[in-house]
Amino acid sequence: MRRFILPLLLFAVLVGFLAVGLRLNPRELPSPFIGKPAPLFRLSQLHAAEESFSPEDMRGRVWLLNVWASWCVSCRQEHPVLMDLARHRVVPIIGLDYKDEREPAKAWLAEQGNPYGLSVWDREGKVGIDYGVYGVPETFVIDKSGIVRMKHTGPVTPAVLSEKIIPLIKELNGA
Amino acid sequence: MLKYFAVIALAFCVGLAQAGEAQPVAEDPVLEARVQALAEVLRCLVCQNQNLADSHAELAIDLKNQVREMLRRGQTEKEVIDYLVQRYGDFVLYRPPVKSSTWLLWGGPFALFSAGLGMLYLNLRRRRQQGGEVLSAEERSAASSLLEGRTGEPK
Repeated sequence: MRRFILPLLLFAVLVGFLAVGLRLNPRELPSPFIGKPAPLFRLSQLHAAEESFSPEDMRGRVWLLNVWASWCVSCRQEHPVLMDLARHRVVPIIGLDYKDEREPAKAWLAEQGNPYGLSVWDREGKVGIDYGVYGVPETFVIDKSGIVRMKHTGPVTPAVLSEKIIPLIKELNGA
Repeated sequence: MLKYFAVIALAFCVGLAQAGEAQPVAEDPVLEARVQALAEVLRCLVCQNQNLADSHAELAIDLKNQVREMLRRGQTEKEVIDYLVQRYGDFVLYRPPVKSSTWLLWGGPFALFSAGLGMLYLNLRRRRQQGGEVLSAEERSAASSLLEGRTGEPK
């Protein structure tokens, strides 16, 4: 009987590893930006082409940078959540329109509603690369001194919003 | 004879033409070789089990262009890799760096192998010790009677 104990234990360990592996999301990578300054950029705004925006303009405020595009399917899924967040005026949301064309992007916002204080237009996706964007939508929480505090890859769900993002924003605003 | 050579030569040309088709901007072969070499050790983050060289995902193409641009500006391979690691993390490297969080990854196979060797050694030693045990007088006579009995009546 005792000779079975070791293989059985090994099997249990293996099952344990596989069970954990199944639950992990391989898309969710740890962002190297957490705790580091958000990369600076200056881009033209989506709606007011002659005006520009830089993260510097948000100094002193906690804000969200949401990477989106009119071609992005998951962004549609996320959109009502952002609209809700904007309606409650919890936090300013800045959109980064990633690898998109101006007209379809504006039409998309007109159709779906615009949760963004403003959006900037990253046609070539250069700023996207600077922020390590690899799957739209992505959302960054940036604090008053311009430090990235959190990154969420994929659509923001109501659960992520109420359990992670909003508590973090409250904490950052209190500090 | 010459005709055959021409056919073979033409066949090679077809191969070249096809190989050249999918490659983006390659005006400088030396630069392109460096881009290619880097693209082979960098991971495409969209299709995670492919490197940048193999991937046709849009992000992979953008990143390859970024690598090409940086090398053209005279930046070194190390600078390009550091730039990407700063933005995408160690995950962008196909060969993970050795550090405290990856010790298990790098050392694990060797640890398992030595554990296996150790168990094999212990097992063999125990078996040898068991094999060396001398039979008692009773066992010896029982064995020899069995052996004799069998030789006596062949089936």
